[in-house]
Amino acid sequence: MPVGRELKITFTAVELMACVASRILEDGSAVLVGTGLPIIAATLAQKTHAPNLLIIFEAGGIGPVIPTIPISVGDSRTFHKAVMAANMDYVMGCAQAGLIDYAFLGAAQIDQYGNLNTTVIGRHDHPKVRLPGSGGANDAGSLCRRTIILMQHDKRRFVEKLDFLTTPGYLTGPGERERAGLPSNTGPYRVITQLGIMGFDDGSKRMKLLSVHPV
Amino acid sequence: MKVIHEGGGELLGWLDPDEARRWMTEEKNRGLEDKRMTISEAVRRFTKDGDYFALGGFGHVRVSMAAIYELIRQGRRNLTIAGKTAVHDIDILIAGKVVDKVECAYSFGHELRGLSPAGRRAVESGRIKVVAEISNAGFQWRFKAAAMGLPFLPARIMLGTDTFRLSSAKIVEDPFSGKPLCLIPACYPDFAIIHVHRCDKYGNSQIDGIEIEDIDLARAAKRLIITTERLIDEEDIRKDPGRTAIPYFLVDAVCEVKYGSHPGNMPGLYYSDEEHMAEWLGMSRTEEGVREYLEKYILSVESFEEYIQLVGGEEKMKLLERIETLEEPLKCPWAES
Repeated sequence: MPVGRELKITFTAVELMACVASRILEDGSAVLVGTGLPIIAATLAQKTHAPNLLIIFEAGGIGPVIPTIPISVGDSRTFHKAVMAANMDYVMGCAQAGLIDYAFLGAAQIDQYGNLNTTVIGRHDHPKVRLPGSGGANDAGSLCRRTIILMQHDKRRFVEKLDFLTTPGYLTGPGERERAGLPSNTGPYRVITQLGIMGFDDGSKRMKLLSVHPV
Repeated sequence: MKVIHEGGGELLGWLDPDEARRWMTEEKNRGLEDKRMTISEAVRRFTKDGDYFALGGFGHVRVSMAAIYELIRQGRRNLTIAGKTAVHDIDILIAGKVVDKVECAYSFGHELRGLSPAGRRAVESGRIKVVAEISNAGFQWRFKAAAMGLPFLPARIMLGTDTFRLSSAKIVEDPFSGKPLCLIPACYPDFAIIHVHRCDKYGNSQIDGIEIEDIDLARAAKRLIITTERLIDEEDIRKDPGRTAIPYFLVDAVCEVKYGSHPGNMPGLYYSDEEHMAEWLGMSRTEEGVREYLEKYILSVESFEEYIQLVGGEEKMKLLERIETLEEPLKCPWAES
């Protein structure tokens, strides 16, 4: 449906991704965010349907009022007018204890089970492209209840087999997260790209198309 | 406890808990002594070639750039860094040829600014090696285990992934629940350097805002250098002891370095210098540019005060203060190209 055209609104694919992501976040839930698109999505949710969305940053910022986009997930913007300036131990402990509902992640590669690579393209000991590594992604993807992945949709990124499994999705299929020892009832929830929204099949845990964006 | 899997990464900084206790008992000075010294003396006395080390802060937030420049000036070599969200700190240390091995949670990137040209080039060419992978919580809990004097801490992270496969952790069957559990080995870095907002001459330190991993890192490190924006009286510490983030008996050296986190952010005082970051990211696209940068800002400079003059002096720092307090909008030249 050509919503954008009827309303005579122009928007970019990235803006649309932020809107779509924001709508997933329920009022009164807690979300672990990175900087860039995730914080835009979370702030938009707060300003629209979810004024009581609790924003949390891995380095310790809890419940900030974001004044401008932070450059780092640990810079002063991430705890501006926050309810608490804590630390990594505190935030990751909260995630492990089950207090964080959502986490946003990005990736260079994703597979059908929502496993993510942010470590290396090519061989680990002889990288073609060395990426930053897990950072807090493995922790977020292991410990938060539902992860939302924001990334570009193209064949190089949506791969059959990852070069490196940095952050766990559903690993090799149903029940594998629990068998590996990861907390129950956790895992990837949505993949949002410039083209559409994917979810995960309850039975097979494989990624499936939910909707295509109206552009 | 049955070991189910063992990570194949290099185990760095681990000590048998009794060996760690011996170090803490014999080497950590519980006497209240004046530890003020210059940054060059602190680096000379408490760091050496081949050490495994960690830096406080968050890569480009509350990071002791003053100490990093000194490590380069003193020509430290073959160091292994805890890449615990290492950003501008590791970038400059790799460029300065101080570091050649990395245990990596987050390295070779500049967060919102993108990937690091210098760091990527070094690791992709094989000049520096990533000898273990880990996650951010993994590093935090390596330090926490050490802070508690334990050989490891259990956690429900890294399970089922290549991050674990190349880590120094082990997966065991939890004797209570029977579920697989990841054991994160303790980490006692040879030295750590933490930049704080203020401290007294003994090292009692206050940090404004988030502490990141520094509470536990300060307790884990075998040697700890504190650099501080400002020295305060012991009385000011004792007036509000709830504010003390790092107590004196963990500290080996106290160095007063105003603006010591530049070009990084110092929460509440000054924001990151994005003009300078853009200059570095631009110059570091080539090895020639890297050499030029190091010569201009580090090697031909004798003190941090001289460096601050070179990057714009008080006028620049006042601007960064206004950006920090949101009185002035932030401009990011690296986002424009």
